[in-house]
Amino acid sequence: MEFCYFPGCTLKNKAKDLDRCARLCAEILGVKLTELPEWQCCGGVYVSTSDDVAVKLASVRALIAAEERGLPLLTVCSACHNVLKRTEHDLRTNAEFAAKVKAYTGSEYKGTVKVVHYLEMLRDLIGYEKIRSAVKYPLDGMKIGCYYGCMLLRPGRVMRTDNPEDPVIMEELIKALGGEPVAFPERSECCGAYTYAESETLTEKRSERVVQSAKNCGAEALVTACPLCKYNAGKYGDLPVLYFTELTAKAFGV
Amino acid sequence: MKRIGVFVCSCGSNIEGAVDVCKVVEAMSKEPYVVYAANCKYMCSSSGQELIGKAAAEYELTGIAVCSCSPRMHEATFRKAAASAGLNPYKVEIANIREQCSWVHKDTAEATGKAITLAKAAVSKLCRDEELYPQSFPVTKRALVIGGGIAGIQTAEDISNAGYKVDIVEKKPSIGGKMAMLDKTFPTLDCSACILTPKTVDISHNENVRIFSYSEVESVSGYVGNFTVKIRRKARYVKEDLCTGCGLCAEKCPTKNVPNEFDLGLGSRSAIYIPFAQAVPKVAVIDPDSCRMLKDGKCGLCSRVCGAKAIDYSQKDEITEEKYGAIAVATGIDPIDVTPFDEYSYKNSKDVITALELERILNAAGPTNGRLVRLSDGIRPKTVVFISCVGSRCTEEDERGKTYCSKICCMYTAKQAILIKEKYPDTDIYVFYIDVRAPGKNFDEFYRRAAEKYGVKYIKGMVGKVCDENGVLTVKAADLINNEQMMIGADLVVLAAAVEPDKTAKALASKLNASIDGNGFFNEAHPKLRPVESPTAGVYLSGACSGPKDIPETVAQASAAAAKIIGLLSKNTLESDPCTAHADELKCSGCSLCANVCPYNAITYIEKEFRMPDKTVKIRRVASVNAAVCRGCGACTVACNNGAMDLHGFSREQILAEVDSICS
Repeated sequence: MEFCYFPGCTLKNKAKDLDRCARLCAEILGVKLTELPEWQCCGGVYVSTSDDVAVKLASVRALIAAEERGLPLLTVCSACHNVLKRTEHDLRTNAEFAAKVKAYTGSEYKGTVKVVHYLEMLRDLIGYEKIRSAVKYPLDGMKIGCYYGCMLLRPGRVMRTDNPEDPVIMEELIKALGGEPVAFPERSECCGAYTYAESETLTEKRSERVVQSAKNCGAEALVTACPLCKYNAGKYGDLPVLYFTELTAKAFGV
Repeated sequence: MKRIGVFVCSCGSNIEGAVDVCKVVEAMSKEPYVVYAANCKYMCSSSGQELIGKAAAEYELTGIAVCSCSPRMHEATFRKAAASAGLNPYKVEIANIREQCSWVHKDTAEATGKAITLAKAAVSKLCRDEELYPQSFPVTKRALVIGGGIAGIQTAEDISNAGYKVDIVEKKPSIGGKMAMLDKTFPTLDCSACILTPKTVDISHNENVRIFSYSEVESVSGYVGNFTVKIRRKARYVKEDLCTGCGLCAEKCPTKNVPNEFDLGLGSRSAIYIPFAQAVPKVAVIDPDSCRMLKDGKCGLCSRVCGAKAIDYSQKDEITEEKYGAIAVATGIDPIDVTPFDEYSYKNSKDVITALELERILNAAGPTNGRLVRLSDGIRPKTVVFISCVGSRCTEEDERGKTYCSKICCMYTAKQAILIKEKYPDTDIYVFYIDVRAPGKNFDEFYRRAAEKYGVKYIKGMVGKVCDENGVLTVKAADLINNEQMMIGADLVVLAAAVEPDKTAKALASKLNASIDGNGFFNEAHPKLRPVESPTAGVYLSGACSGPKDIPETVAQASAAAAKIIGLLSKNTLESDPCTAHADELKCSGCSLCANVCPYNAITYIEKEFRMPDKTVKIRRVASVNAAVCRGCGACTVACNNGAMDLHGFSREQILAEVDSICS
């Protein structure tokens, strides 16, 4: 099983553990991750104006590069996944955008790349059964709140990762690793994201609420796929926050 | 000799606005067989019809072509005009130069050209029209009402009062429908059961009315005036004629924990049960999925305690066949399933309920005897949040809900808020809404009373999420007027679920050959002018089966449908449309293709003797069309390999002549 791997900028500095553990676990599961050569930042956040072509070009280039190699494009970071998947969707559904992109890049995207999040790969291609058998050190019923944040699942109709209001994809992984997932109502709410740059109070309020909600439901730790969620929840809450790949690597004993 | 008159309508400016009618007249007057062509501002007016009469007499016309609106609008008008002028009414053709021409084209030259082409095609067809004569057939003087809610009851009551026989088929063990489940009704706050029960009791004693409860329509055949309907009478394992409704069986039944459908599963019932106190007929029914006797053959307690000896474990479904002249559909509406709306936590929290569930809770005969309590802990809620439009007015992409407004939710939400405030004035009530829609007699006053007199907090904005943290509910919402986010700690959340057609409506529509719209509501024959008739002759629409309606509107439509049915049943005979299929027996090979495609089961096969060229006699199987059942859809004419099937009034020769005329 081979994927074009798009780590994203944050995974090269702040979120090195997310990247490192993803690679280690992939190796154990027999998945080959070929890092896309000369990839550029996805753009950070998806721009909501549909005609904003320039900001999406880096993602377009990544998609075209993956298409040339004939491989699905794998991401681990929630934000990268969100931008890549939505840009891919735009290319297929918005003819005007696709035409502008073609004029810019000189090459055409044919629409054959499947953008896959690492969690989707675990669920759909590896299967929780195989993960369970790869576990060396089960999490021993550790109570873990799965914090999805806003970007992994929404907008639901484009992302199609899981039900945005009642997701299970991370909970199922935790179960496979021997932990006890704690579903808390705030688990697919936004942490405040980049707004801390402008006003720290909003981020603080939101992140505090998320962590408090997880604690109220009995969580002892949070896992996430998003560097920004980890940063904010870790900074404004008092629960340990881990990447899901870190926890998987820990259970696999690597 | 064919002598054809062409009449071109201006339809005010409807046609004239895009079509040069004078040019059409000029072009048509040069056509072969056309001896007269004229224009009139309104052909459907009495002067237009007089014009047809005068021209027919003066020019000895043998056929009439009218270039006007769709034949759906005025075909009957012009056929009548032709008949009064002494022509066979089927020697009339209509070229639709309004809907199919002037309304869809802007360019006059283009539209005029097309109008002329359509008119020529109509004349080509008209030249090949044969004289047709309708058959008359008798009308069965009994009506069938499908659905025993308030709509069905009203329709049946009105028909029976006119002296005709009516049967009600209700799929549940009792009639009464949704209205029987309600506590109070808006905007007068009458007790729903108090105004409904006299009607259900009356109808059960009405000698013109038979009630087939716990029964469903199995199949429908025939046509207007002469329907044959098979009704499945589901086994209730209790003899309806013997049961006295004493309820001893239910009391003694050892299986007590079955969710009670009438209380939407909030309360429980026994395996043998009477659905509710005022059930009609008041007859017990055994639920075979939970009865120990029917499942394992062990128990039989109800049979032993029944003094009337009414229990019969060996009962089977029975099919009865009945004949009807008219059918009223009164299948009503149901709230949608709200479980896909995960953001409201309905699935996870017992304290997030639907409005109909609240209705049962508020009802004195309901699972809590009318006490407002939380289902999770039995404690009275101090803060109640109502969420409007759950599944109504959704975007097209949101497959969980409906795009339409469910019409009744704003009012029942106001009603429920008032009922709670009347009983428990210290309750804090919030209603989140997109718009409050209260058009109706005393409706807006009622809603304002909730907000102004009772202090219900109406907040414009929608709820984004209902968080359930270990049973503690927090409602996160937007207040659009104050432009702020709200977090409300709620004890009870009530969802105003959208309504949709009853689950059985779709299957029933196909049995009746009646059409339904994209949402599953029955289509009206005309949305404005024939709102209680379906496009299928003899099938009428009563109440909310054609769209969401409140009780007064349902009752009004139910009576209107009854009036239409009474009009039909009062006729001794009906005339059939002679535009039906017929088989050329010499060409027919008896292959059955036509019978297989016929949606009306109008085609049968007969063995017929044929004299062969060598004077021998051969018996062949050939198709025979029942003209009374045939609706002239033409499916058989297309299916027939040998070209043996043809349609009166729309023969192959006529259609090809039209095509030739258009293509030449």
